[in-house]
Amino acid sequence: MFALDAIMQRLRQGCQTMAYPDGSPPPLPDRHGGSLRVDRSKCEPGCDACIRICPTAAITRTPDISLDLGRCIFCSDCVKTCPPGAITHTGKHSMSTRNRGDLLLGPSGQEEVRLAKALDDSLRRLFGRSLRLRQVSAGGCNACEADTNVLGTIGWDLGRFGIQFVASPRHADGLFITGPVTKNMQLALRKTYDAVPAPKLVIATGACAIAGGPFVDLPEVLNGATSILPVDLYIPGCPPHPITILDGLLTLLGRLPPDRIP
Amino acid sequence: MNPDAPFLLTGNATATPWSEVPELPLQQLADATSEALAEGTRLCAWFGVAEPGESATRVVCIVADDFGNTLGIARSLPARTGYPSLTLRHPQAHLFERELFEQHGLRPEGHPWLKPVRRTGPAGPEMLPFFQVEGGEVHEVAVGPVHAGIIEPGHFRFQCAGEEVLHLEIALGYQHRGIEAATPGGPHPATLCQMETIAGDSTIAHGTAYLMALESLAGIEPPLRAQWLRAIALELERLANHTGDLGALANDVAFLPTSSACGKLRGDFLNLTALLCGNRFGRRLLTPGGCAYDLDDARVARLVAGLRPALAGVETAANWLWEASSVRSRFEGTGTVSRQQALEMGLVGPAARASGLVRDVRFDHPAGWHRFAQLPVAVWPEGDVFARARVRWLEIQRSGAFLLEQLAAPPPLEPGTGSIKAPMPDLQPDCLAVSLVEGWRGETCHVILTDDQARFRRHKIIDPSFHNWSGLALALRGQAISDFPVCNKSFNLSYCGFDL
Repeated sequence: MFALDAIMQRLRQGCQTMAYPDGSPPPLPDRHGGSLRVDRSKCEPGCDACIRICPTAAITRTPDISLDLGRCIFCSDCVKTCPPGAITHTGKHSMSTRNRGDLLLGPSGQEEVRLAKALDDSLRRLFGRSLRLRQVSAGGCNACEADTNVLGTIGWDLGRFGIQFVASPRHADGLFITGPVTKNMQLALRKTYDAVPAPKLVIATGACAIAGGPFVDLPEVLNGATSILPVDLYIPGCPPHPITILDGLLTLLGRLPPDRIP
Repeated sequence: MNPDAPFLLTGNATATPWSEVPELPLQQLADATSEALAEGTRLCAWFGVAEPGESATRVVCIVADDFGNTLGIARSLPARTGYPSLTLRHPQAHLFERELFEQHGLRPEGHPWLKPVRRTGPAGPEMLPFFQVEGGEVHEVAVGPVHAGIIEPGHFRFQCAGEEVLHLEIALGYQHRGIEAATPGGPHPATLCQMETIAGDSTIAHGTAYLMALESLAGIEPPLRAQWLRAIALELERLANHTGDLGALANDVAFLPTSSACGKLRGDFLNLTALLCGNRFGRRLLTPGGCAYDLDDARVARLVAGLRPALAGVETAANWLWEASSVRSRFEGTGTVSRQQALEMGLVGPAARASGLVRDVRFDHPAGWHRFAQLPVAVWPEGDVFARARVRWLEIQRSGAFLLEQLAAPPPLEPGTGSIKAPMPDLQPDCLAVSLVEGWRGETCHVILTDDQARFRRHKIIDPSFHNWSGLALALRGQAISDFPVCNKSFNLSYCGFDL
């Protein structure tokens, strides 16, 4: 690679980092559909088509239907199956929450996900401009991991927000967990958490880390990070699209411009 | 393959009645397998099937005759005791025999290193005994399970004299989710999404292998257009991962231009997969009987329009890599696996082809669309990091050309129905189906046996990483320990695909 060639290529490529969050976010793929909305009033009496088709038992009836977005792998089978359209896609990429219960869709006024709020002022003063995370894959399939790695590439450039993935838990402000937490990773995850100095954050990314995902209730897994650790942010998806992960992190740190907060 | 050998000769993506699979006492099966391997076949699968209601196990053996384009299948009579280990003559059997012992207790007598493969329990795999080198200057380095970086967990134990690695032992099992144990009685509602996440970066490879086995059991073939679409998705998966690997290799030798460019281009290929089905990893593109989405003309045009600049970008970035003498001096002669070692260890995929083995399921055992459209096999002889990078680059070019050729001439929709999904009849009871798919890491093997109710009785999954982790351990012998990252990246194997 000759120096001149390198300079020419560099000039030709220009800045490849996206304008978001100052500009508009990259659109979700049109067949993705985004987050979900459950409108119980449209349910037909006695219909359980969505419950029968859901591969991760994310939809339950008590006595009305509820959809747990934390368990959802976004296969859209329920959306395609529901005759009256009680379950629909919203097209929105924002879907991270601070509480597990905020991912439950269905009750009146809770048709959609209750989006995360930023950390309180004292934690924002600590982490708002500099957040170091240690990632732990505890049974993750390498898809959540890959789409988290993507945030470090030149297109997304996570570093411009002061967010960085670090090698040592001692250097970290929190854990970023993927995977359903296998029994064989339980001890290593616990030790990594203990090694992070307080105050510390825990972020559960993907259906597996939130609730077990496709492996929910298998005897070798613990159904996600909440089984052994307190979780501060849930980022749903299988895997979450990179824009969903970035939105979750920026929301938590209060870094989204006011016009980008949904 | 010797026609007198006691194997049923069959092909990829076929189903055979269980009663027609030749059966012989376990010791004779081991002898016959040993002979077949000595004649140049390759061990695809060696696993147990528990006999219902008894504490006995039948062993199923599948060998591949790559040059004869055939697979040989045989099984043992129910066995309760051990047999003479194959590993002593055929090192490629060593993990299969350890796994069989762990899952069914059949002891391969004389196996040199009979450790568990994915032991579960409160103490992790790093607490098991390791092979140790003794001597005053020898020291041991332990790495993992949690690594520096966004990467899956595994434990590496190096025996070193100074910087030099004398021996590397890799202990896995941390990602064990119990996928095989979840399948009996299936297919269950979650089975397909579990198959898609065996190794999430190989969603199409595992999904296709699983569905080809399922469709063989149902006695159907998906519509041609669905087979075409599956082949396109498989090559997109290869392009994304090979491009990412070239970037990661560049990063590990601190060559940032290629690293930066490939990191972004990898995402561009993932976005093309998302164009097919909405998911960047191809989740839910595949469905029993075909595909869940069609690729209409407008989408073909968008795919081609996205593919051309991405391929051109990879070409530019890869050429920076080849032209940099600093990169070549780090890649060449590093982590060499000889052709003979690759043969003996039964390596598959780019790792095997980079050691000069002409071995590719798309070519040797074509199924689905690959019966009609072939790709040349990409081979490089040296067996070092450079060769493994080079094979990836050759495959990127060939996958790109294949995609442009295929997208220029989509097969028509099914006459009459216009569907890309064939109806799925009931599965055949008491039947064994085998399917192989050449994923980007190599041979992805699914074997499904149904019971008398046509439910899954045993589902054996073999990720290419199961064959190849031992290749990485061999590559490190005599290397500086500081070369481990670049060697590891040049294989880029799956932890969860191995751990299941």
